[in-house]
Amino acid sequence: MTKEKKRTLTTYAIVIAAWAVIEILMRAGLLSSHLQGLLVPMVYYAITAVALNICVGILGELSLGHAGFMCVGAFSSALFSLLTADVLPGGLRFFLALVIGTAVTALIGFLIGIPVLRLNGDYLAIVTLAFGEIIKNLLNAIYFGVDSAGVHVSMQNQMALGLQPDGQTLINGAMGVTGIPHDSNFTLSVVLLLLALFIAQNLIHSKQGRAIMSIRDNRIAAQSIGINVVRYKMMAFTISAAIAGMAGVLFSHNISTIQATSQYFGYNVSILILVYVVLGGIGNIRGSVIAACILYLLPELLRGLNKYRMLIYSIVLIVVMIVNWAPAAIEKREKLAAKFHPAKSAEKKEA
Amino acid sequence: MSFLTALVSGLSLGSIYAIIALGYTMVYGIAKMLNFAHGDFIMVGCYIIFTVASTWGSSPVLGVIAAIILCTLLGVATERVAYRPLRHAASPLAVLITAIGVSYLLENLALLIFGADAKAFTSVIPWNGISLFGGQLHIQGVTIVTIAVSIVVLIALQPFIHRTRSGQAMLAASQDQGAATLMGIDVNRTISLTFAIGSGLAAVAGALLCSAYPSLSPYTGAMPGIKAFVAAVLGGIGSIPGAMIGGLVLGIIEILAKTYISSQLSDAIVFGILIVVLLFKPTGLLGKVVQEKV
Repeated sequence: MTKEKKRTLTTYAIVIAAWAVIEILMRAGLLSSHLQGLLVPMVYYAITAVALNICVGILGELSLGHAGFMCVGAFSSALFSLLTADVLPGGLRFFLALVIGTAVTALIGFLIGIPVLRLNGDYLAIVTLAFGEIIKNLLNAIYFGVDSAGVHVSMQNQMALGLQPDGQTLINGAMGVTGIPHDSNFTLSVVLLLLALFIAQNLIHSKQGRAIMSIRDNRIAAQSIGINVVRYKMMAFTISAAIAGMAGVLFSHNISTIQATSQYFGYNVSILILVYVVLGGIGNIRGSVIAACILYLLPELLRGLNKYRMLIYSIVLIVVMIVNWAPAAIEKREKLAAKFHPAKSAEKKEA
Repeated sequence: MSFLTALVSGLSLGSIYAIIALGYTMVYGIAKMLNFAHGDFIMVGCYIIFTVASTWGSSPVLGVIAAIILCTLLGVATERVAYRPLRHAASPLAVLITAIGVSYLLENLALLIFGADAKAFTSVIPWNGISLFGGQLHIQGVTIVTIAVSIVVLIALQPFIHRTRSGQAMLAASQDQGAATLMGIDVNRTISLTFAIGSGLAAVAGALLCSAYPSLSPYTGAMPGIKAFVAAVLGGIGSIPGAMIGGLVLGIIEILAKTYISSQLSDAIVFGILIVVLLFKPTGLLGKVVQEKV
């Protein structure tokens, strides 16, 4: 078994073990209902952190629009579930909602990727932020309903839809979508997390993944050896968006009402997820999951800390970035390492 | 007449964007980084003015001066502590993520100190303005002052950049940091100076922004900051007249969109402009094309 494979399997084992422990605690009645309510959102953020890490760590581009992708996944799947609420049984409905939410987000991610991936660095970050905000604003302004005559769309208000008496308003502007069936649960969300991890790990260790990482490390060199830069960048971005959309499906089927507010889908959420990714280690998929879970649960458990949560995160974010990336800090760390493990660092130097 | 009113408030908002965009464009042009926290310097400036006014109740001039000085120091300190160590980092994302961290830090610090509820900001310009066309068109004092300040800043910056040694050093550093160092220019000092000017301008913009829209919260600066970046890109990043034109155009478009299309979609339209500009003319209206070297 290779080292990489071992590491991947360990990641799955950790997730499954954590699931088993929590499930046992829950069955034994040791978890408060407050804590139980936090479990699905925790996994939801972990999945999004995996998605963003594919973009930041593997593709090497910062997206500040992942909250927008979650928004797309959440709304598209919520609409599907509302429309089929009476027709399909719960399990099948959630499965189809998941497929549809993920597919729609992948499509949107692909379409956004076409213009966005021509840019890089700061511009790419700010344009993804722009797209995320546009998605949020559009969903806040749109009214959407169905009746026997078909679908109705308006950008003004609910009355302008002109629905028949048998009609149903699905997206009520800023009021969002209400009455989404509660189809998700903790076990299902862990299955989705495993799926996201599986996709991410397979991508990293595939031929395509290595091509994507070579573009990250040196785009021009990658291009010169015949790697199709646009194709692989699109691939990574679309997969990343699709996984974020999957998390969005989980989100909308966990609470009955979703609104495209800044609190849930603004760029600040993208930044929060970036915090998880950076603290878990850029490019370290397992780290993202662990960081997201700990950073989500910790302030909820230590109520007193909640007030200072974001302040502490921001300071830690800055410190981690400087310690990990500043050339001076890297040099100092290597010197320190040489002092404590002279043999090991000499080996490293030779390699 | 409603069109004229909209145009005037668009000019006013655009002038504020222009002043913020000047800071953005100078920092981007010289330090080659997107200072995500720039918008939050505005918010810090506003809170300083607010605190001075509510503590000592003195004339707003004192508060504005204090805000400019403290924001300048804050900008220089931020660059020194958080950005400079990462200037030559292996990944260009490192400094951007750190800047996002600084933005987050400032917002949450303000949240802890002042609370989340919006404060009523007393205008720093105690002038009612003028009425034209027999009272049909009223131009507020703050609008006139805002437009005037932005013009003064633009005019003052030109001789500074082109005639003084520090300004020339900035131009040199923006073209080639390595070559500038060889010519005896202290690049670190030049970048500090850029941050000082940009952050000082952010404080000025803050005073004007909160006088025009008198509601102050920890997130006051975030959106105007991002939109000013859009303005800087629209005008051509690194170009000072470009920032001015970009700011004015963006402000007018935003207010017209708010008035005639939809207030909910005005932000979407502003961001749409950014996307269109970057797709069809990535160098902006007045920017120069820079070839990427291998």
